[in-house]
Amino acid sequence: MSMPFYVSPEQMMKDRADYARKGIARGRALVAMQTPSCIVIVAENPSTTLRKVSEIYDRIAFAGVGKYNEFDQLRVAGVRAAELRGYQYSRNDVDARSLSNQYAQVLGDVFSTMGPKPLEVELLVVEVGDTPANDRLFHVLYDGTLLDEKNYCVLGGDAEGIGKRLAASYRDDFDLASAIKVAVAALTGTDRTLAAADLEVATLARTGKRRAFTRVLDDAVANALR
Amino acid sequence: MPRFTAGDDPGASFPELLRKVGLDAFPRGGLSTSDLAALPHATTCLALTYDGGVVMAGDRRATAGMSISHRTMDKVVQADELSGVAIAGTAGPAMEMIKLFQLQLEYYEKVEGQSLSLEGKANQLSMMVRSNLPAAMQGFVVVPIFAGFDPLIGRGRLWDYDPTGGRYEEHDFVATGSGSMLAGTVLRVGWRQNLSRDAAIDLASRALWEASDADAATGGPDVLRGIYPIVASIDATGWNRVADDSLVKTYETIMGEVRKR
Repeated sequence: MSMPFYVSPEQMMKDRADYARKGIARGRALVAMQTPSCIVIVAENPSTTLRKVSEIYDRIAFAGVGKYNEFDQLRVAGVRAAELRGYQYSRNDVDARSLSNQYAQVLGDVFSTMGPKPLEVELLVVEVGDTPANDRLFHVLYDGTLLDEKNYCVLGGDAEGIGKRLAASYRDDFDLASAIKVAVAALTGTDRTLAAADLEVATLARTGKRRAFTRVLDDAVANALR
Repeated sequence: MPRFTAGDDPGASFPELLRKVGLDAFPRGGLSTSDLAALPHATTCLALTYDGGVVMAGDRRATAGMSISHRTMDKVVQADELSGVAIAGTAGPAMEMIKLFQLQLEYYEKVEGQSLSLEGKANQLSMMVRSNLPAAMQGFVVVPIFAGFDPLIGRGRLWDYDPTGGRYEEHDFVATGSGSMLAGTVLRVGWRQNLSRDAAIDLASRALWEASDADAATGGPDVLRGIYPIVASIDATGWNRVADDSLVKTYETIMGEVRKR
């Protein structure tokens, strides 16, 4: 019988983290931003059918970067968790905090014990409130780390560079069009451009309507970028 | 967080998901038929097509045996953007079915990323009515009407159901519940092709009036408390409930005509 090689836990975690980070860094990034009228999510995504940003519940949206099949499964699991909670209790009892905790648990479990490989995804769970102060932006990392973000949040490849550009240009009084423009400028940097067709933009509106999630159509995005 | 293996995944069906996690929406058995008369029942709902859409209407009364158990029941509700559902039958299972149906349409839309077709929605409701069959055999019958605007063919469509889940598409009008004979007759006499929205709303109001006039379980307009039937139209722009103020005028006209009879 052959003896398996000994791998120290530190080394194993580091290898897994490197693996996940590499997978995520290959993917295109997305940005979420709080504005007075809504939370806007801008993702670089040339596909019009394989979505990165979607609706989870009345005031909650989901966005994922990394491997599509992995975050899409998590998206559906999130819709299920939210709908089941709303069905059993009330629609008011569904919130982003509990949902992102559940996501963190799943990702953490797969990362440290259960999976043959960590999930190569990063998730964003956002909930729109009646005022920007009551908005929630939860950023879940591949290892289950849960971050509570303010003002804006960047996920995906080159998040650091995008975050720096965004920190320089972010203001809390943007209207939707200027928020989209600033987000796209942060995503692209100076050496390339993105057209409306390469972007997926959605908002969670602060209008008090039951379903806050709306996709921003290409025409409106093109207008904002002009 | 519910997660499933590929073979075990309930897909875009919310009732199936409920079953998987042990929350069956249609439990078997429990009540005896002798309890039946004491449970609230909902009556008379109708729907008719007009030029560009459908009108749905229902009275507000729920009865338990010989008494009125509820005066402001909503038997006609919006199912999603372009459709509505109306129910007659045992109020408890009927309300639960409507809730589940609304959830299912939204759940499907979110999971699949696009809405069901109108026909698909009608089919879903049929499956829910069929799931209720064991309860229906005990007397807890739920008979819905489903109506909506079909963007694929650009007109309003409506369906009625039998307690076994049978689904029948009607082209002109349909009425269900204890006052359905009366309401249906008014619709039969008054319905014309290409009615305007206003004419369809007027006809629906008259049909409910005649049903409430002769059927004890159907509530008429309650002028004393200001309770009026729910009347709504659905067209390409979506669900549009007729305001009570406008129904007050409609019923004043009808009552004026009745006085002169």
